[in-house]
Amino acid sequence: MSLTTIAPDGTSPSPGTTDARASRRAERRFGIAQRRNLTGWVFLIPAALLIAVMNFWPMFQAFLLSMQTGRGTRLKWADPLWYNYQRLFSDEIFKLTVQNTFIYLIIQVPIMLVVAMVLANLLNDPRLKFKGLWRTAIFLPCAVGLVSYSLVFRTMFATDGIVNDTLQAIGLVDSPVNWLGQPNTARFVIIVGLLWRWTGYNMVFYLAALQNLDRSTFEAARIDGAGPFKTFWYVTVPQLRPMILLTAIMSTNGTIQLFDESWNLTQGGPAYSTMTMSHYLYELSFQKNPNFGYAAALSYAILIMVAVLAAIQMKVGDKRD
Amino acid sequence: MNKLRKLVLASLAVPLSIALAACSGGTGTPAASSDASSAPAGPKSGTLTVWCWDPAFNIYAMNEAAKIYNKANPDVKVEVVETPWDDLQTKLTTLAQSQETSQLPDIFLMQNNAFQKNVINYPDLFSDYSDSGVDFSQFPEGVTAYSMVDGKNYGLPFDAGTAITALRTDVIAEAGMKVSDFTDITWSDFIAKGKQVLAKTKKPLLSGQAGSSDLIMMMLQSAGASLFDAQGKPTITGNDALVKSIEVYKELVKSGVLVEVNSWDEYIASFVNSNVAGTINGVWILGSIQTAKDQSGKWALTNLPKLDGVSGATNYSANGGSSWAISANADHALAADFLKSTFAGSTELYDTILPSSGAVANWLPAAKSAVYAQPQEFFGGEAIFAKVLDFSAKVPKNNTGAYYYEGRDAVSAAITKILNGTDPAAALDEAQKAVEFAMK
Repeated sequence: MSLTTIAPDGTSPSPGTTDARASRRAERRFGIAQRRNLTGWVFLIPAALLIAVMNFWPMFQAFLLSMQTGRGTRLKWADPLWYNYQRLFSDEIFKLTVQNTFIYLIIQVPIMLVVAMVLANLLNDPRLKFKGLWRTAIFLPCAVGLVSYSLVFRTMFATDGIVNDTLQAIGLVDSPVNWLGQPNTARFVIIVGLLWRWTGYNMVFYLAALQNLDRSTFEAARIDGAGPFKTFWYVTVPQLRPMILLTAIMSTNGTIQLFDESWNLTQGGPAYSTMTMSHYLYELSFQKNPNFGYAAALSYAILIMVAVLAAIQMKVGDKRD
Repeated sequence: MNKLRKLVLASLAVPLSIALAACSGGTGTPAASSDASSAPAGPKSGTLTVWCWDPAFNIYAMNEAAKIYNKANPDVKVEVVETPWDDLQTKLTTLAQSQETSQLPDIFLMQNNAFQKNVINYPDLFSDYSDSGVDFSQFPEGVTAYSMVDGKNYGLPFDAGTAITALRTDVIAEAGMKVSDFTDITWSDFIAKGKQVLAKTKKPLLSGQAGSSDLIMMMLQSAGASLFDAQGKPTITGNDALVKSIEVYKELVKSGVLVEVNSWDEYIASFVNSNVAGTINGVWILGSIQTAKDQSGKWALTNLPKLDGVSGATNYSANGGSSWAISANADHALAADFLKSTFAGSTELYDTILPSSGAVANWLPAAKSAVYAQPQEFFGGEAIFAKVLDFSAKVPKNNTGAYYYEGRDAVSAAITKILNGTDPAAALDEAQKAVEFAMK
């Protein structure tokens, strides 16, 4: 019997009468299915339970919290229940932080992904010397703590920092640029920081994907007379599509939840022009008069934005079916 | 199989991280002891846990206070846990929000400007000083007001945020001026003289952090004004003192008498590296000034310029400072007795901490001490601490209110906009709306 041979313990059914054997076999068959199910559940339950308790339950509570209003511990149900969400629409600072976050997103993520892809392509060249060195050098920024790199950038872009000194020395500017003191230059510094910190990280994903690609496709392209650019655009990029989708979703998600750079590099200034949504959320909860209900509503607004953007990207990027 | 392995790994990793989190949570907050000695008289015993943040300043002062208290009460143990202010505020908020008041220390230090906000939002974190026996009339009114809510004292003032003008005597001498030329003057005088110094020496008199409204807030308090009225309503529009202060600030920046920098480190560096000829701040800034050993003897202190044409304007103000709070979870009798016999009752304590840490007392009887009259080498041999104490008694009180930080940040944003050319009335109107919105 084929069933008995795949029993996990490998024992054959015990002898007995035909009827008894049949009934026992039925029992046994049920038992195996059940046991297999059970094993699955035993492995699933701890993680599932922990995710439910540590993740979904707080999320549910945060949702309840987002419908409450009041300072500190004096929370009561809002009237109407969606009051905090309504409030978001008339909050000028929140609108500004949304705008800032999307500026970072729209400018930084595409540049970063393109650069990461180009770098990965260059580093994947089998003729390249000192491959390990280049890869390490580009990936290394990811090993740097977010706070420390933010502080280093702040020092570099100070009025008397190395960037201004260099620019003055080579005669590009006459007087020091107040990098962190003006809205657009401050945003520029944050974007440069993000590029430096995260490009290598995304490059590693592309490198991994490139190494799984069939080299014969590139050879075929070369034989067909495609130059390096055409090969890259028509052969490499389409094959990297799943990885591009993954990195795009991860980067979007990360950028929308950006906090450290805004907090450490610029403190959100000047006049809120570099503050991100998460930074504002933190400020509402811990620095200003604690308004946890409103902060929870804001966190749900961020969640909705991430979800919508991820859905759009999957719709656009995922062409598997 | 792959999937299964991942799940197993996850189920192993998750409890591990929880265990780690639990550990780190446990070590951060040692539970406060609560074995109170019920006897009101005689030596006390027990343990007091204290949260404060500066090893060279308030932690040092607290440890010295413990030594003094231990002379009479050898069985009392004071455990100081170093907790940076930002962390302290976050911890308090988290504990209050989760109702875990048993994790509170007995005593914690709180920034004066954050005091009302915390007491009003989280009254169950604090116990008041009503039956502590501390005589609050021995503290300047302007300082105790920070930690008073509904007529009750919730904080015992520790360090004074008394504002001072510190000037480089050698630099202003190049422009033919003395410190007395900057004493008891108005802001228009100050700017005029600052321009002369700038013309002669190429050095601005002041520096400040761009987007920070510390100086404006000091100007406001020097006239007893604030961003809120007695009922706590924001008064950013139609606030004469504020409009005047912003005009002064704008003029300071435009004339180059004040140079704006972007971070606190740059601000400190500006006078330590002799790029500016002075600074205006709370007296605690002296700690940073004195790090430049080569400038010893070249500094002098005086009072602040006052606002022109504002009623109630004075030459005295404050910035910062902190007060001791007794938590709701404390061994109240012991904590109150400890604070009463040290920070509100021991000249010996202030005599010890002043010369070594520059902690200028708020407790007025300490001013009689000879230590305050000692000349300070760094400041040209002047008895600056006696002077500062004299200033501190004259600081007008004002109302910080629970929404101090909202008001301050809104005004900071308005100033940035005004300096970039926005019409002041429009920018302040926007700030008023922002604060009103935050208070809704």
